[in-house]
Amino acid sequence: MKIDREHFRQSLQRTPFHDRFDEKSTSEEWMVWNTYKVARVVDKLSTEYFAVRSGCAVMDLTPMEKYRITGKDARAFLDRLVTRDISRLRPGRVTYVVWCNDEGKLIDDGTLFQLGDNDYRLCVQHHQLDWLLISATGFDVHIELETHEVAALAVQGPTSYAVLAAAGIADLEGLKPFDAVALRLKDIPVLVSRTGYTGDLGYELWMEPSHALQVWDAIFGVQGQYDIHAMGLSALEMVRIEAAFIMPGFDFNTAEATVRNGYDRSPYEVGLGWIVHLDKGHFTGRKALEKEHSRPPMRRMEKIVVDGNKPVGEAYIYDGKNGKRCGEVKCGTWSPILKANLALADIEYRNGRLPTDLWARIEYQRELKWRSAWAACEVRSKPFYDPEHRRATPPARI
Amino acid sequence: MTERTDAIVIGAGHNGLVCAAYLARAGIKVVCLEAAEAAGGMSAPRAIGGKYHFSGLAHAAYPISRAMRRDLKLDQFGYAAGPAIDTVALDADGRHLIIGTNRVSGDGLEETDREAYPEFKKQYLAFTRALRPLFDNKPPRLKNMQVADTMTLGKLGWNVRLGLGRESMYEFLRVAAINIYDVLDELFADERLKGAIAADAVMGSAMGPRSPGTILTWLQRLQGELNGPLSLQSGDRLQLVQALVRSAEDAGATIRHNAHVARILVDNGKASGVELSNGEVLNARIVVSNADARATLSTLVGAPLLDAMFANRVSQIRGSGVVAKLHLALSGMPKFTGLSEKQLGHRLLVAPSMKYIERAFNHCKYGEYSEQPVLDIVIPSMHNDALAPDGHHVMSVNIAYVPYDLEGGWENQKQPVADKVIAQLGQYSPNLKSLLVEHELLTPRDIEEQYRAVQGHWHHGELSIHQSFMMRPLHGAAQYDTPIEKLFLCGAGCHPGGGLTGLPGRNAARRILELGAAK
Amino acid sequence: MPRFAGNPAKAFSASPEKPDYRAYTLNRPRPKACYKVTWFTANNKESQASMNHYDAIVIGAGHNGLTNAAFLAKAGLRVLVLEKNPYIGGATVSRELHHGWQYSNCSYVCSLFRPEIYNALDLGRHGLKVIPLVSSMTFKQDGDYFGSYYNPNVRRRELMRHSLRDADAAIRFDADVLRWCRLIRGFLLRTPPDPGSFRPRDAFEFAYLLKKFHELSESQLYEFIRFFTMPIAEYLENYFENETILAHYSGGSIIGTGLGVYSPGTAYVLLHHAMGDVDGNIGAWGFARGGMGAVARALASSFQTHGGDIRTDAEVAQIAVSGNRVTGVELASGEQISAKVVISNLDAKRTFIKLMDENILPAKLVERARKFKIRGSSGKLNIALDGMPSFPSLPEGSPLTLGHMHFTDTLRRLEKAYDDWKEDRWSADPYCDMLIPSQYDPSLAPPGKHMMTVFVQYCPVQPEGGWTDEKRDQFGQTVIDQIADYSPDFKDLILHAEIRTPRELELEEGLTEGNIFQGELTFDQLMFNRPFPGYAQYRGPVRGMYMCGSSTHPGGGVMGAPGANAAREILRDLRKPDSTPQEFSDD
Repeated sequence: MKIDREHFRQSLQRTPFHDRFDEKSTSEEWMVWNTYKVARVVDKLSTEYFAVRSGCAVMDLTPMEKYRITGKDARAFLDRLVTRDISRLRPGRVTYVVWCNDEGKLIDDGTLFQLGDNDYRLCVQHHQLDWLLISATGFDVHIELETHEVAALAVQGPTSYAVLAAAGIADLEGLKPFDAVALRLKDIPVLVSRTGYTGDLGYELWMEPSHALQVWDAIFGVQGQYDIHAMGLSALEMVRIEAAFIMPGFDFNTAEATVRNGYDRSPYEVGLGWIVHLDKGHFTGRKALEKEHSRPPMRRMEKIVVDGNKPVGEAYIYDGKNGKRCGEVKCGTWSPILKANLALADIEYRNGRLPTDLWARIEYQRELKWRSAWAACEVRSKPFYDPEHRRATPPARI
Repeated sequence: MTERTDAIVIGAGHNGLVCAAYLARAGIKVVCLEAAEAAGGMSAPRAIGGKYHFSGLAHAAYPISRAMRRDLKLDQFGYAAGPAIDTVALDADGRHLIIGTNRVSGDGLEETDREAYPEFKKQYLAFTRALRPLFDNKPPRLKNMQVADTMTLGKLGWNVRLGLGRESMYEFLRVAAINIYDVLDELFADERLKGAIAADAVMGSAMGPRSPGTILTWLQRLQGELNGPLSLQSGDRLQLVQALVRSAEDAGATIRHNAHVARILVDNGKASGVELSNGEVLNARIVVSNADARATLSTLVGAPLLDAMFANRVSQIRGSGVVAKLHLALSGMPKFTGLSEKQLGHRLLVAPSMKYIERAFNHCKYGEYSEQPVLDIVIPSMHNDALAPDGHHVMSVNIAYVPYDLEGGWENQKQPVADKVIAQLGQYSPNLKSLLVEHELLTPRDIEEQYRAVQGHWHHGELSIHQSFMMRPLHGAAQYDTPIEKLFLCGAGCHPGGGLTGLPGRNAARRILELGAAK
Repeated sequence: MPRFAGNPAKAFSASPEKPDYRAYTLNRPRPKACYKVTWFTANNKESQASMNHYDAIVIGAGHNGLTNAAFLAKAGLRVLVLEKNPYIGGATVSRELHHGWQYSNCSYVCSLFRPEIYNALDLGRHGLKVIPLVSSMTFKQDGDYFGSYYNPNVRRRELMRHSLRDADAAIRFDADVLRWCRLIRGFLLRTPPDPGSFRPRDAFEFAYLLKKFHELSESQLYEFIRFFTMPIAEYLENYFENETILAHYSGGSIIGTGLGVYSPGTAYVLLHHAMGDVDGNIGAWGFARGGMGAVARALASSFQTHGGDIRTDAEVAQIAVSGNRVTGVELASGEQISAKVVISNLDAKRTFIKLMDENILPAKLVERARKFKIRGSSGKLNIALDGMPSFPSLPEGSPLTLGHMHFTDTLRRLEKAYDDWKEDRWSADPYCDMLIPSQYDPSLAPPGKHMMTVFVQYCPVQPEGGWTDEKRDQFGQTVIDQIADYSPDFKDLILHAEIRTPRELELEEGLTEGNIFQGELTFDQLMFNRPFPGYAQYRGPVRGMYMCGSSTHPGGGVMGAPGANAAREILRDLRKPDSTPQEFSDD
């Protein structure tokens, strides 16, 4: 990739879809994502939220860091990198993975695409080239940053299948969750994966930047038939909490950038123990995780529903009303579709057990006046929102 | 063919042999695998022209500690320290200094220096003695300590705080981490004397006298002097290696020659044996590697079986050899201006001043060899006629600084380096050139090839502070055990480092026994 | 405005009638001090008797002396500060050495100054303003450049422009350095414990030290020791691969030291320069508006508000001692001033060898003072410019001229510069830290003109045969030539240049051998070893005598911490309430 000597003149880069977002943006709420300018809210937050939950929302994923991993040892390299057993990953499939440092603390999570034999793409939130190259010592593997060479668009919501089919993508109906195949939108080659960060039916489209606007225009070309909205990151934050997906850098610190000892988290601690396969052979952090696994849990990220309707964005959690403090909310949202106050909270266990009577102490403002309130919390073991239509293949055309 | 034994020791260098002997004496069935034809590693004998014999890389060393001699019954198996030798600091004008363990003499030496020298040695030997608990034990961990670690630290603290006395402790804390250049400048006036001491502090390291940390390397070297004076490794008898081999074999250890280990077999995070380059597989309860830590972990085990950052840190271990060895076969006795025949039996040092050494060092930072190198010379045949044909002599020269990665490559530059050194020797010994029969130059690259020491480094890794103690060879493997269960390290790359001390081998064996790993 | 054009060699041989481009030399009449201080004592209406007796006398009006004095005065003591020069500030000074230009001719940027002291002495109200610097950059020999921008997005892209990997490694590097900074900063405003003592207080301080270290994980602990003892080049190679980026980050590690980038221990010096902050931005540097003299002026003003006196042109000849107690000082003029407490802001060597009678000092102390390593290794150029020089390597409008500018783009060049110093030569290809602060601060130069400060590493204490004016000018020429390689119009813009070698720093600021830290920052001279083992708690060998200069813990840099720490110890001995601040914690 070539960066101009005079790049300093523009603080934020533009994604290939930027012009379209700019046209649609009425709220002019922008934010920075990996040095790109992206929409926080395009038009209206609630419209964008309900587009994901009832229609079709389109979001720019280009700033997501994407790494192409190839070479003779690519598979062995990835196997040593991630905690999950990926032996069943095949070309055309995608899997969700996390990886740890030597101490078994989480560095990042991401989706791993197998594109062909010894050909993988890893899509992540944070910058990982340093860690990937550190991990590559001793492997015959080639790692290339392709964030800026691949434009990406998330098309999510119950009607996303219908929209994409109407927009001209053929052969979509057989695509199962976590499939990724090279298809065509009219004549344009697009890699389509049935993946997403919304907990709803959805697809992600990966293409060359030069095709980006054609793809966009094809999708929005069927706007007359379907309710399609461009979506910003604020709506994404709401739906991902409903789906109980965690966000690196917000819900946990990435280990290699953690300054204070003990402020990083293991996969077990954030509730991702289900993708740690201690018996799969060696991977970075295995020894530490084995040790942790053999001990009673110290803390866990829990999915909690907080009583009432007060916003629970920043709150401490207590063991019993007026009891001892035992945790804190990492992220929370009011769910318009569930009419409930949802949160992910980092809770300290007592003697290896989750405290049974959790309460949140919520500080909130009413007309500039601060108030505080106690609210009971209920722990959930499943995602808050997980609709059936998300899994149906072929998806319904509603 | 597979065989099963308790412990496999990779490499029959002196540390490997010490470790094997200790383990065998504890009733463990040990097989020691040596890639070369003979045991001994860097102190194994070698010959040029079939009749001129040298002692490999180590040509002078301090005696082995009394405790080790007793434990391994080395004296019984023929060990005796070689002939004790002094150091002659050569001077271009023939005003040489004779430097012994606690006295120094020579033309033009000032009285104050003559008096200061024994004081200096006394003080630094006291510092060294205070550090003993650290050298004689596995390096203590600084967190998650075991009782033994606390004991080591406690003894060390006691020695430094109470053993040395208040003023001496202050002085120790002041100088411990700094360079020898400033310290010697404070103490002595004579450039020759300062040069000779500084040369010993930096020999074998990619450091100059001005590099902080050279007091520590000097103290490390002085550890040996606690056992006795510097002695010549004369070559044919190789008392130490032979005694160790016999001691190990006596205790039941087997030593196999020409057995080159290609890889260490790891099964589910545990070392289970080794595979030789001929495909033979040997199984054992534990594997102990006397090979370079870098070679052991990155090559024999391989990065994929290690955690990523650990593997990366292994690849960051510094240790690029800077000393070349020149062997000269001479048809007669060389004459050195200003030296008697008897004095030729001592170690001769070309390091006329600290500035000279520092300048020599400057080159190797940029991948150049020193035009005016530091030379450490012995003529072992002065003590042992058997090393060369009648009337002939052998001369062994350590040359610093000669880089491993020479700019422009070694291919065409070996001969010029040898020629330059021979010419330089000629300045001190006018008849040397006329006596020269044959010569052999071992550059760090040759040392890597022939002795399997990564980058040809004597000590399997630079003895800088950040690679010493609980950081040697790297933290996470500093107590001789490694992240691979049942795999141990016992070479010079481990604490307390290089030199013919056997301490890494002994400490490793003790660690293995303490863990009960081989049972 | 006279303007010099043409051959710079001619400039140095210029006769007095020609434009004033010659270096400022000592034999010339001193130009007017930029800060008139005569009124400090003129306002003093006290009687002669009380003018000659004080509770405490501070020798030297450097920033640490003034900090120390201000805290003592704040605690209610009658304090006098004595300064040999006609102006205050020591090495924290700004002077009008060329008409219309303010030269901060020693220290030139401010970051280490402890915010706790700033706050406790109310320096903002006394006129101090520290404006953050926004960037740093290194020119490459191939016409390109590397910039470290304040804007995180631009900074990241610039790193990526040079190395994709390094851009990501910088995140790990920043976190690690921040971790070490947090650790070290906890020790800045504390008195180091004495390993030779069994007093409860020392045991407590050791316990505090252990506690701080215990906050690290085991591997972090080892990594910290490694960091502390490593060469900067090797440390950075654990993160970065790009030659220019390595050189750029290494520079801060050699400033003021007699070490090279491959010398063990230099990684710590990086920290010494990175642990400063401007409003919580760790590692950020700032300009004091009005030049570094503004720091001294604000300190003096705070000191005077608390009733303190300052006398300039008052060189102390000796610290008077009777029995085992100080009784005051004797000035070079013969005047005697008595005090119960005397504090020296001079470096340790000067304090004990020049100001005290050797015969009354313990022999060990005299020996340590003699051995104290205080070799200067830096030079400085202060240049008045007729306009803003152009740098063709930089695109038009680049913000990088606003910050630090460097010209050394490889580790090899940095190390070669050090090799020269070891041979008592100034570096033929020196490492320069160049700034043009008049871009921010209109008070430094007339409108449209500029003031440039160039810190130069390395410059020997004594070149072979000693310093002469010719040699000094040759040294200056080497630096000017290096700058001119990257700025073709630079030489033509020079109106006046002051060239300072360790000789000038010693003669004017009294920094022995021109060492900017009042003693090298090597392991033998840090923490409880600074300045000497057994004397690291600011107390001298006789009762009532103290040290407060950069020779004491935590060392050099415009930090103020030694002055504040010394004040704490003095007040403790006098059983007065402590007026010094506690460290700000970010936890």
